[in-house]
Amino acid sequence: MHEWVPFWPRNAALSASIIDTINIGEFALIALILVFVFGMMITFGVRYRHGSARPRTAVAERSWRFEIGWTSATIAAFFVLFVLGANAYLFLYEAPRHQDLELYVVGKQWMWKIEHPGGQREIDAMHVPLGSTVRVVLASEDVIHSLFIPAFRLKHDVVPGQFETFWFRATRTGSYQLECSEFCGTQHAHMRGTVTVMRPAAYARWLTDQGVAESLAQRGFALFRKYGCSGCHGTGSDVHAPSLAGLYGSIAHLADGRAVRADERYIRDCILIPQTQRVAGYPPVMPSFQGQLSEEDLINLLAYIQSLSEGPRP
Amino acid sequence: MSTAAADLLQTYLGEEHTISSWLLTHDHKRIALMFFGSVTLFFFVGGSAATLIRLHLVNPAGTLLQPEMYNRLFTMHGIVMVWFFLIPSIPATLGNFLIPMMIGARDLAFPRLNLFSWYLFNVSGLVALYFLFVGGVDTGWTFYTPYSTLFANGHVIAAAVAVFINGFSTIATALNFVVTTHKLRAPGMTWFRLPLFVWAIYVTSIIMLLATPVLAMTLALVAIERLMGIGIFDPSLGGDPLLFQHMFWFYSHPAVYIMVLPAMGVVSEVITCFARRPVFGYKGMCFALVSIAVIGFFVWGHHMFTAGISLLSAVVFSMLTFIVAVPSAIKVFNWTVTLHNARIHFDAPMLYALGFVGLFTIGGLTGLVLGTLASDIHLQDTYFVVAHFHFIMVGGTVSAYFAGLHYWWSKITGKHYPETWGRFAAILMFVGFIVTFAPQFILGYLGMPRRYYTYPADLQTWNVLSSAGASILAVGYLLPLCYLGWSLFYGRKAGPNPWRATGLEWQTSSPPIGHNFLRTPQVTEPPYQYDPRDGSYISQDGIRHA
Repeated sequence: MHEWVPFWPRNAALSASIIDTINIGEFALIALILVFVFGMMITFGVRYRHGSARPRTAVAERSWRFEIGWTSATIAAFFVLFVLGANAYLFLYEAPRHQDLELYVVGKQWMWKIEHPGGQREIDAMHVPLGSTVRVVLASEDVIHSLFIPAFRLKHDVVPGQFETFWFRATRTGSYQLECSEFCGTQHAHMRGTVTVMRPAAYARWLTDQGVAESLAQRGFALFRKYGCSGCHGTGSDVHAPSLAGLYGSIAHLADGRAVRADERYIRDCILIPQTQRVAGYPPVMPSFQGQLSEEDLINLLAYIQSLSEGPRP
Repeated sequence: MSTAAADLLQTYLGEEHTISSWLLTHDHKRIALMFFGSVTLFFFVGGSAATLIRLHLVNPAGTLLQPEMYNRLFTMHGIVMVWFFLIPSIPATLGNFLIPMMIGARDLAFPRLNLFSWYLFNVSGLVALYFLFVGGVDTGWTFYTPYSTLFANGHVIAAAVAVFINGFSTIATALNFVVTTHKLRAPGMTWFRLPLFVWAIYVTSIIMLLATPVLAMTLALVAIERLMGIGIFDPSLGGDPLLFQHMFWFYSHPAVYIMVLPAMGVVSEVITCFARRPVFGYKGMCFALVSIAVIGFFVWGHHMFTAGISLLSAVVFSMLTFIVAVPSAIKVFNWTVTLHNARIHFDAPMLYALGFVGLFTIGGLTGLVLGTLASDIHLQDTYFVVAHFHFIMVGGTVSAYFAGLHYWWSKITGKHYPETWGRFAAILMFVGFIVTFAPQFILGYLGMPRRYYTYPADLQTWNVLSSAGASILAVGYLLPLCYLGWSLFYGRKAGPNPWRATGLEWQTSSPPIGHNFLRTPQVTEPPYQYDPRDGSYISQDGIRHA
């Protein structure tokens, strides 16, 4: 859409179109205000320069009328901008109910590790199908990073100690820059890669070409048994522990009276700091796995627990 | 008036000439000059880092400097420019010199505290120079955790100590200004007769007093986590990395207003004087300053829109960000309309001040784009942000600093600066600034992140343009150093009131005598009683000058 403008980045996603539309409007408004302010300065500067013979009057203007006028106009214009921006942010904040694909990204100094649900792994590269709603779960192994795809106009910080999520829908095939935009140390500027948007058939072919035996959920199930989770949460266990089937995406009722959605963050916290989010009606016997599981282990476990719900699995 | 009599007395510069008469002085004017020396040194330290950064970025492969060195340089540039130049620049130099003079006082309320503040500043400056020489620090001036507490290899503690001590200097000076403005105003100098510069410094001082302690706490917590391994910000120790950002920006966003409100004060003085008419909407200007200061404390979350804060806080912070922009817009309108029905002299201070208005307007408007939630997702942490805040802090504050320096130069030194050179430098700085930073808006929109020592080759053109602009800017900044220095020795001798201005500081000799005034002035007039019909004015002590 903007290939003819040398200083406009490529547009390859729904989010880019939304954000560009708002920005073009804002830049136009800015240009208008700048013309107005600079125009006044130049006009007055010429007209009322020291040497001009133009007659001046005694200064006794009643300024408050003007001031109330332009204050109101400014507030009104700003309010429109605020609403436009907030409205789009709202839309981009929460992924649509039905996603086609969930990707998992781990940031670490100084590389991106991308995992597909089928178990395919990539380093500094992300293959995604055209037109699909893709939800991304972000985790960091060390410091704060930020995943930035300029052609999608999207970025989201990758914060250690929690899962962050964002979503996109690519609208144009091709390969695009993927960057880290939060300073993360010496090679911050080299924490770059490419996003490749492919037609769905090509993407499916690419997935099979990777030749992966085990899906993320299967790896998660192996961990689930290895760490003894199945001893309590497995079917047929005689320990009184909540079942995980259908947990992901449901509402969990906690012992302290809160009701929270069992999303990625909740599941992560339950594994690492279980005492803070105990489910009502169960004894506090769940041990913490803090320090025992890597970010990738956590992602595998998450993928397994997600697979136990109808959820967003493709 | 007895300016002629004052000329016969010794000026504050001529009273004594020993080194100890400077190092142990209690005179706010001498301390202002000593601050001027300190911040000028740091301005060129920070500026040389910027020069190296721009030189390095000419080549997309980034081969001039090692990445470690590049990261240390932009960190040093940020730390030095923010805490050792911008924050003290106008308040500690012009504010120190002018606040007592503008309100008709003999000195600040606590002269010894003022001197102590200068020593604190220099101690912190020495610590800063120490950490620079032993290897620097590579966290960025923002010290984001857990990078700064666990992973950075530089001298984070030394840098934190430097900024920590620096904060106490800021607090001491701010306290002094607040008390002085409350207690030492000359008879008749009511609040609504205060020059806008005094209002600006007063309001800035309140922000300094309330915000700076939070920075000290935050840095202390970083040091505790780094030295003792107590989990505060590091999630693997049970801390919360976003807590740091909340605390840091709770200080650092108001700090933006610490940097820019004094500049607004300077520009208000200059524009009205050179337009030869009262400033438009004086009271509106006062209220705008106060409301910026108050609302400015509630917008810090707009630095964190992509950091994973809740939807509700994002929406609230965005709305408050738009609200805080309203009083700034009012000020721009008022300055502009002050040019209407005026008799404008385009001397160097006026050129700098008009440059401020233009660049500040661009900086402010692009700030609106960043405050717009959806737009910020794309622009956060890119060069668009870099360009935006340089327009505010360099295009804005530094331009105003130079406006003030030229405007009050004759008052401070008793000498005229060479006018042609002053105008030339003002235009050079404006052009150099635009060429340096306008391309960075484009770079940011194209998706170039901040703090990259190497970048995709297709962004080179804009980077080269920006670096070319920086070389113009560098010449622009070196020029005043030369011709202002020259004027100290060879400049034409200035009279008490060369700009025919209304403020009390102009109703005494240039340079002023030791305690500023022979007799305490009686204030009978509001500020800025200029008449555009014939250029006459009534000074604040009630005397009409044809």
